Amino acid sequence: MELKTFKKGGIHPEENKLSVSAPIESLAPPAIVSIPISQHIGAPSKPLVKKGDEVKVGTPIAEMSSFISAFIHSSVSGTVSKIDDVVDSSGLRKQAIIIKTDGDTWEKSIDRSPELKKNFTLDASEIIEKVKKAGIVGLGGATFPSYVKLMVPKGKKAFAVVINGVECEPYLTSDHRIMLEKTDEILVGVSLIMKATNLKKAIIGIENNKPDAISIMRTKAKNFEGIEILPLKVMYPQGAEKQLIQAVTGKEVPAGGLPIDVGAVIFNVGTAFAIYEAVQKKKPLVERVVTVTGKAIPKPSNLLCRIGTPVANLLEQAGGSLENAGKIINGGPMMGKALVTPDVPITKGTSGILVMPKELATRKKESPCIRCAKCVTVCPMVLEPYLLSRLGRKYLWERFEVEKGMNCFECGSCSFTCPANIPLLDYIRVGKTEVGRIIRSRK
Amino acid sequence: MSKELLTISLSPHIKGEETTPQIMYGVAIALLPALIVSIIFFGLGAIKVTLFAVAFCLLFEFLIQKFIMKVESSIGDGSALITGLLLAFNLPSNFPIWMLLIGALAAMAIGKLSFGGLGNNPFNPALVGRVFLLICFPVQMTSWPLPKLFSFSSLDSVTGATALGVAKEAIKQGQSIAHIKTLIPGNLDLFLGQAGGSLGEVSALALILGGLYMLYKKIITWHIPVSFIGTVIIFTGILWAINCEQYMSPLFHLLTGGLMLGAIFMATDMVTSPMTKKGQLIFGVGCGLLTVIIRIFGAYPEGVSFAILLMNAVVPLINILSKPKPFGTN
Repeated sequence: MELKTFKKGGIHPEENKLSVSAPIESLAPPAIVSIPISQHIGAPSKPLVKKGDEVKVGTPIAEMSSFISAFIHSSVSGTVSKIDDVVDSSGLRKQAIIIKTDGDTWEKSIDRSPELKKNFTLDASEIIEKVKKAGIVGLGGATFPSYVKLMVPKGKKAFAVVINGVECEPYLTSDHRIMLEKTDEILVGVSLIMKATNLKKAIIGIENNKPDAISIMRTKAKNFEGIEILPLKVMYPQGAEKQLIQAVTGKEVPAGGLPIDVGAVIFNVGTAFAIYEAVQKKKPLVERVVTVTGKAIPKPSNLLCRIGTPVANLLEQAGGSLENAGKIINGGPMMGKALVTPDVPITKGTSGILVMPKELATRKKESPCIRCAKCVTVCPMVLEPYLLSRLGRKYLWERFEVEKGMNCFECGSCSFTCPANIPLLDYIRVGKTEVGRIIRSRK
Repeated sequence: MSKELLTISLSPHIKGEETTPQIMYGVAIALLPALIVSIIFFGLGAIKVTLFAVAFCLLFEFLIQKFIMKVESSIGDGSALITGLLLAFNLPSNFPIWMLLIGALAAMAIGKLSFGGLGNNPFNPALVGRVFLLICFPVQMTSWPLPKLFSFSSLDSVTGATALGVAKEAIKQGQSIAHIKTLIPGNLDLFLGQAGGSLGEVSALALILGGLYMLYKKIITWHIPVSFIGTVIIFTGILWAINCEQYMSPLFHLLTGGLMLGAIFMATDMVTSPMTKKGQLIFGVGCGLLTVIIRIFGAYPEGVSFAILLMNAVVPLINILSKPKPFGTN
C-alpha cells in the first residue's frame, strides 16, 4: 500500500541523520544559566525572582503575563545573579534571568525516579492546570503554550488528537531518540492529552525512515486505548502542522485557520513526553533533548540539557573544536536560525544545534530565473514563490497580499530547490514583514 | 574557540544539487540521438550546420554581453548552446553558412538579449531565428537535401520538398490521397528519419528517446508534449474521419515536419512556457490547434514554429488563467 503524505508540493533533501544511533545523554548543569523570559509564542513572562534569590531546580522564576504566555522554572539550583539582556537565538538582546549554579538540588515535590507511572485519575481541568503550571510549550519548535491547545474552544468540535513524530528536518534526531527511549512515557502523555481534550482517538504520524521507532511505538501502543501509529512517506515539510494533518486525516486546514477548524488537536511527541513528566512526575519543563550534529561535529549526539545552557557547552560535549565551524544553527537546516555567537542559551524550542563546516556555510552565486517552475511545484502551500519573491523585491505589497504571500510559513522548499540559487524565501520574508505591518495597522 | 565570525544567513541552510547549467546540458544530451541520426542521413552537411550554428550563437551572446550590455558573459550556462543546437535542427543540412550567421544573430540579439538575456525572453530564441530566416530566405529554407545513408559529401545531394510540402501541394492540385502516398516516404521511414526535412526534425524515434531522457531527468514534464501531440492527433483525426479523401491521416501529421522536435524540445522551453501544469496543458492544446490550422488551411505547409511562437506570446495570460489554488482555499 502506498504510504500517506500531504497532497501537494514537498521535497526530499538528503537526510543526514548523523546522530540517529547516539542514545540520549545527560549534560551536566552548567556553571551559569541564562533563562530568557520569552521562549514561547505570546507575551513574555513576568519575573518572580530578584537578584540574590535562592532557587532550586523546578522553582518558578517567571509567571504568565497574559492568556497566551508561559510559566518558566529554574533549571538549576543556585542564586539569581542578575536579570539582564542577553543575545538569544533571534540575534537580539532579550531579557533573561541569569542564575549561578551551586550543586543540583531539586524541588521536593518532583518525582525523579525512573519508574513509569502509567495510571492517572485526574480529570481534564486538572491535567490542563498541571500542564499550564509546568510551563509546557510546543517542543517541536513552534513553542505555542500547550495548555491553550488542550482547551477546545466552545463551538468547535474535535475528533482526533494528531501526534507529530515526523521529524522531517534533515539532521535532527531528538524526537526519534525520545520515541525509542521514552516510548511508554510518550504513550501515557498522549493518553493524558486525549483525556484533557475528551477525545477517544489519537494518531501518531511517523515518517518511514524511522522503522525502529514505528515498530516499538506500534508494539507498545497495543497496551493503550485508541492510539494508532501511522507510518508516513518521507517528505519535507511533513512536520508542519497543516501538512501533517492533511497527511494523517486527509483534511485541509483553511488558509488563516487553525487545526481545530478541521477537528484536530496536534502535539509533538516531545511535548507529549513533557506532558507526561509534568502530570505524572510533577516535573516542570526545565530540560529537553537537543540534537547536536553537523558535518563539522566529531561526535554527533542527543543531549538532555537544562534550559539556559549555553550552546557552547553542548558543542564541547559533542567534540569540542570549532576550527572549521562556518555556521551554527539553532534548529534544523531548513528552518533553523543561524546564531550570532555560541553563547546563546538553549531554550524550550531548541530541538537541535547544527554546525555547518565553512565550505557549506555560504550560499552559491545567484543567476537569472529560468522560469522552470520548480518552486511552484514544491511549495506545500501551493503558492507561486517566484512571483511572491519578485513582488517582495519590487515592494509591491498589495499584490503580495492578493497572491496569498501571508500563507507562506517559510519552510524553505523553494530556495532549496531553485536551480538558479535565487534566495526566494529571503524576499518573501521581506514581503511578509511589510504586509504583516500593513495588516496590523488596519485594525 | 574560533575567533572568526560566524555566517548568519537566513534559512534554508542547505541547497539542492540541481543547477541551471545542469538543466541546459541535460537538454543538450537529450538532443544527441537526433543529432546522430541527422549525421547518418545528411552527413557532413549536418555536422557543419550544427557546429557553425552553435559557434555563432555563443559568439553573438559573448560579443553582445561584453560590448553592448557590458555584463558578465553567461556563455558557460549552456543556454546559448541549446539555442544553437535547436536553430541548427530547424535548418536544412545544405544551408549556406552566411545565412546561418544572420539567423544566429537574429536568434541571440532579437530573440534573447534584447529582452535582457536568459530568463527574460518571451519567445523561444531558436524559433525567432528560424522564422526570421524563413521570411528572408524562403527558397533555401524550404528545399531539403534528400537523405542518403552515410553520405559524407554535401555537394552531390539531391534536394526536394518535405513530405508535408509535397502533400500540401498535391492536395491543392486536387490529387487523390492514394496518389499522394506514392510521392512521400512510408511511415516507417518517417518514424526513423529517412525523409527530407530540417536536420534535427526527421527522426521521430530519436526525438522521443531524447524526450524520455528529459522526463527521466525531470527536466520536462509530460504535460506540454502530450497535450500538443495529442491535440494534433485528435484534430487531424476528426478531419480525416470527416473526409479521408481530402485530409492526410493523423499518423502522417504525427510523423512529418517539426511536430516531435517542436513538442518535445521547443514548446517545453522552461523560459517561454507556462508555470503550472494546468497552464502547460492549455499551452500544449493551443500549440496543437494552431499547428493543424496552419498546416491545413494556411499558406505554409508547416505550422509548428508559428504555433509555438504565437502561444509563447500568450503565456503571461495563461499564467494568470491557470493560477494554482493555494492550500486551504478548497
